[in-house]
Amino acid sequence: MTPTLIVAQILNGVQLGLMLFLLAAGLTLIFGIMDMINLAHGSLYMIGAYLTATVTSATGSFFLGVGAAIIGTALIGMALEMSVLRQLYKRDHLSQVLATFGIILIVNEIVRMIWGAQPVLLNAPEVLSGPVEIVPGFRYPAFRLFLIGVGIAVALLLFFIVNRTRVGMWVRAGASNREMAQAMGVRIKLLFTLIFGLGAALCAVAGALLGPILSVQVGMGESILILAFVVIVIGGIGSIKGALIGALLVGIVDTAGRALLPLILRDLLGRDAATNIGGALASVLIYLLMALVLFWKPEGLFPARS
Amino acid sequence: MTRAQMLILGVITLGLILVPVLAANNFTIKLFSRLLIFALAASSLNLVLGYGGMVSFGHAAYFGVGGYVVGILTVSGIASPFITWTLAVLLCALLAALIGAISLRTRGVYFIMITLAFAQMLFFVFVSLRQYGGADGLPIRPPDPLRDGRTLYYIILVTLGICLFLLWRIKESRFGRAVQAIKENESRMMALGYPVFRYQLVCFIIGGALAGLAGVLNANLNAFISPNALAWSQSGQFMMMVILGGVGRFWGGALGAVVFILLETWLGSLTIHWQLGVGAALLIIVLFAPGGLVGLVSSANAWLIKRRAAA
Repeated sequence: MTPTLIVAQILNGVQLGLMLFLLAAGLTLIFGIMDMINLAHGSLYMIGAYLTATVTSATGSFFLGVGAAIIGTALIGMALEMSVLRQLYKRDHLSQVLATFGIILIVNEIVRMIWGAQPVLLNAPEVLSGPVEIVPGFRYPAFRLFLIGVGIAVALLLFFIVNRTRVGMWVRAGASNREMAQAMGVRIKLLFTLIFGLGAALCAVAGALLGPILSVQVGMGESILILAFVVIVIGGIGSIKGALIGALLVGIVDTAGRALLPLILRDLLGRDAATNIGGALASVLIYLLMALVLFWKPEGLFPARS
Repeated sequence: MTRAQMLILGVITLGLILVPVLAANNFTIKLFSRLLIFALAASSLNLVLGYGGMVSFGHAAYFGVGGYVVGILTVSGIASPFITWTLAVLLCALLAALIGAISLRTRGVYFIMITLAFAQMLFFVFVSLRQYGGADGLPIRPPDPLRDGRTLYYIILVTLGICLFLLWRIKESRFGRAVQAIKENESRMMALGYPVFRYQLVCFIIGGALAGLAGVLNANLNAFISPNALAWSQSGQFMMMVILGGVGRFWGGALGAVVFILLETWLGSLTIHWQLGVGAALLIIVLFAPGGLVGLVSSANAWLIKRRAAA
């Protein structure tokens, strides 16, 4: 186990964590402010990835694809909020789960009708395809480095919006006490739609950037949705700070576990068994982490309403 | 139960008894077996979720573990259903006791997520057990009498009947009422001196054990068990069935399971895009029938009675 391997794995973990943060931030805001469990959040991520792939192959520019996907997905998200999800705010969590699960099925099928069942190809842009040498002797893929950069930039922007702008103030007011915010004249309906658009745009960014690394296919939203939920539960629902820390924790634990556990187990079990069991145990790790956090802090690390 | 309800129940029971006699082929018998098994699984979740108010998102864990106990014991040479079934149900009860004891420390969404977390852990444990098939699953050779579709169907039917009777008695019992009251107002029940945690835990354990039993039947029916039986999507499907049928209404679980599977099978035979139809149906039910299908039936019933009274 060399130091470079460990550094590379930590960077991979941070990169996955930041991408999870993009999803978790929208999810935690929607959850915290509207008290709404939105399983269809993963579908917006999938739509973002597909839109990026389509526009990229049509125009030849990855960055144009990302831009189009952000705008397109935000519009779709807002349309979804205004047409269906708005009816669900006053309903209990179970109804929300059922309805948004229905939306997942519908969106999956529509995507399958438009793009087919086969995964769609989305490549990293030419400029960022090679590795870069960060320090002499340590090379790291440029695209992954780009992901880390974008992730940090978006996180900073989000913190700025939430903590320093008027809209952000409404958002925080809504998260801590919805009725009171409404009584103080916050236009809650508009705010909800805007937050939904923002959440959808963040989904699109994550989908576009993870598309070249993972694969763009139907069902990609569900697996990552569960991870995003784990993140916001660890972090405490409604808290952006919690989402960031939870995302980094989950990203690093998952990536490091996947890479390092088989190496550690190899001496004990032999190579084949170690790869197999190590991989599965690594998947167990994040859920173990969540169970432990909830055992000690039943409301997550940074509960928004304390 | 009113006389009309007794009559309907009697007709349905008679129909179910006659299924293997009238069924044209094994496919029909297998479909009905599946309906009954999922009716049991969904009813067990309805006890926990509907009556106990505990939204468990990891109910498939017991369903899958029950199946795996049968599978692993059978592969190891212990095939007697008396041993494997008993062990499976006991182990599921124990598992539910462990998971419940930890999860019941949390409330609301956190409870949903921590039960999911435990189910996911078990899912990945079974994926990693390569000697028992890993992600590909484990074929099982059920003992002789159970390999006959008709025999197995009747065993499933009797099991479901006994379990539903048990669930009915639980619901009507002092314990059952206390659990429902805890769902309505936990602090009040606590102030009245009820051991809230213990009652909820026992309810959770009964639900887990019955789901394990459904898992046992399912493994025998398919002669196969795979980690998919305890995937989160399976837990989600159980939840769909309960919500579709009617949360906290006695027949909600069974009716939801039957309608869900029939809808899936029917739409699946019509088009490859059947998921679109299922999704739309779920959305419409939530938006326009908040009490689920049982709620829809009882409000239609109430409307009829009112109209008759007016006439």
